[in-house]
Amino acid sequence: MVAKRLKSLLVAVFSLGMLFLSNASFGQEPTHGGEENHQTTGAHSEEEKFDITKTILEHISDDHSWHLWGHTSIPLPVILYSDKGIEFFSSSNLMDEHHAPQAYQGNYLYKSVEGKIKVVNEQGVIDEAATAKVWDFSITKNVASLLLTVVLLLIIFLSVAKAYKHNGVKTAPKGFQSFMEPIILFVRDEVAKPNIGHNYARYMPFLLTIFFLIWINNILGLVPFFPGGANVSGNIAFTMTLALITFLIVNVSGNKNYWQHIFWMPGMPVGMKIFLAPIELLGVFIKPMSLMIRLFANITAGHILVLTLICLIFVFKSIYASALSVPFTLFIGLIELLVAFLQAYIFTMLSAMYIGMAIEEHHHHGDTDPHWNEGETA
Amino acid sequence: MVGSIAAIGAGLAAIGAGIGIGQIGKGAVEGIARQPEAANDIRANMIVAAALVEAVALFAVVVAFLGNNPQ
Repeated sequence: MVAKRLKSLLVAVFSLGMLFLSNASFGQEPTHGGEENHQTTGAHSEEEKFDITKTILEHISDDHSWHLWGHTSIPLPVILYSDKGIEFFSSSNLMDEHHAPQAYQGNYLYKSVEGKIKVVNEQGVIDEAATAKVWDFSITKNVASLLLTVVLLLIIFLSVAKAYKHNGVKTAPKGFQSFMEPIILFVRDEVAKPNIGHNYARYMPFLLTIFFLIWINNILGLVPFFPGGANVSGNIAFTMTLALITFLIVNVSGNKNYWQHIFWMPGMPVGMKIFLAPIELLGVFIKPMSLMIRLFANITAGHILVLTLICLIFVFKSIYASALSVPFTLFIGLIELLVAFLQAYIFTMLSAMYIGMAIEEHHHHGDTDPHWNEGETA
Repeated sequence: MVGSIAAIGAGLAAIGAGIGIGQIGKGAVEGIARQPEAANDIRANMIVAAALVEAVALFAVVVAFLGNNPQ
């Protein structure tokens, strides 16, 4: 019995190995052909020396085109605003037929340098002063992916909401409703209620929105091919916007007690009050900053990890490295699926906790004990 | 040289996170051993705490990554 099992396992391993072998040989052919076609120095030196940092940074950063496979990519619209007005052109103008960056004559002479549009002069030297005056409002890969998630979320939630409208909330959920209801209830019962308290209903729309937005973006970021693959929640501008919204909601809804605990901590000697005020004031800004960096760093680190493991094949220049790197990538991918949910949960939970701290009503009647348990939870 | 110092920084962050997550795991396992019926609550809190510790390590990785730009 054991021998039979071992035999089938061996067969499976060898057939997987054959799969990798054949794939690699197919994969190598176009590269050699392509090299013969265009003997550009850039492509040649890249073939000789594989720069792992550059490859990884290329994959996790934003871009003006959405890479599909091989040399195929979707060009995305470029929208620029400068002192000469708005202009609108396809990013395919910034690439020549070999996908090398190429200058494009708009209001200025534009060139794409590492995914960013720069103004260049005739010799191809970047003009930083002119670049600073051009505002880039392009639909980049991240923006396109974000729009896609908006459409996805609208489809999911409008269909679920319609089902509730149609069937009422008293009947058992059906179909996709049964998938969404436990998650929404999880956010309400595990995140909003314990952290915010009885006034939770006011903040539920915000919490549900950030939870599902972060989660769906994290998951789409893990999909390696077309509709996914954009590193949206690993983009610090995206996480900064979310953290800024949390910051505004916390501080706008903060009541008298919240501000008193920042500027004039009750139950403390006067010297300690003066000492604590700047620390607490800094905490107001550090909390959303930690939200921003936590999500950004977790998702970016996950992407870098997966890409590094895949890059091992190219570093060792041997397909046998895939025997190590592919299972490890699978393992990390599974962990990242957990992290995708966990980071959405933690962002939502900490937002709820900060809101809860801001709207908390205190009923202390001249107590002198320090509020040691209300400290930072950054 | 700059790159290697950044790598040392990332390594130190990994040590800190390792100790932190180890403590969390120890605490959770002990808690579950003492009170197995609370295992689900403990596990959920353990994961959250581990993610918070891990995030601090990742802050350090980001700083190391930003510092790692040999000119």
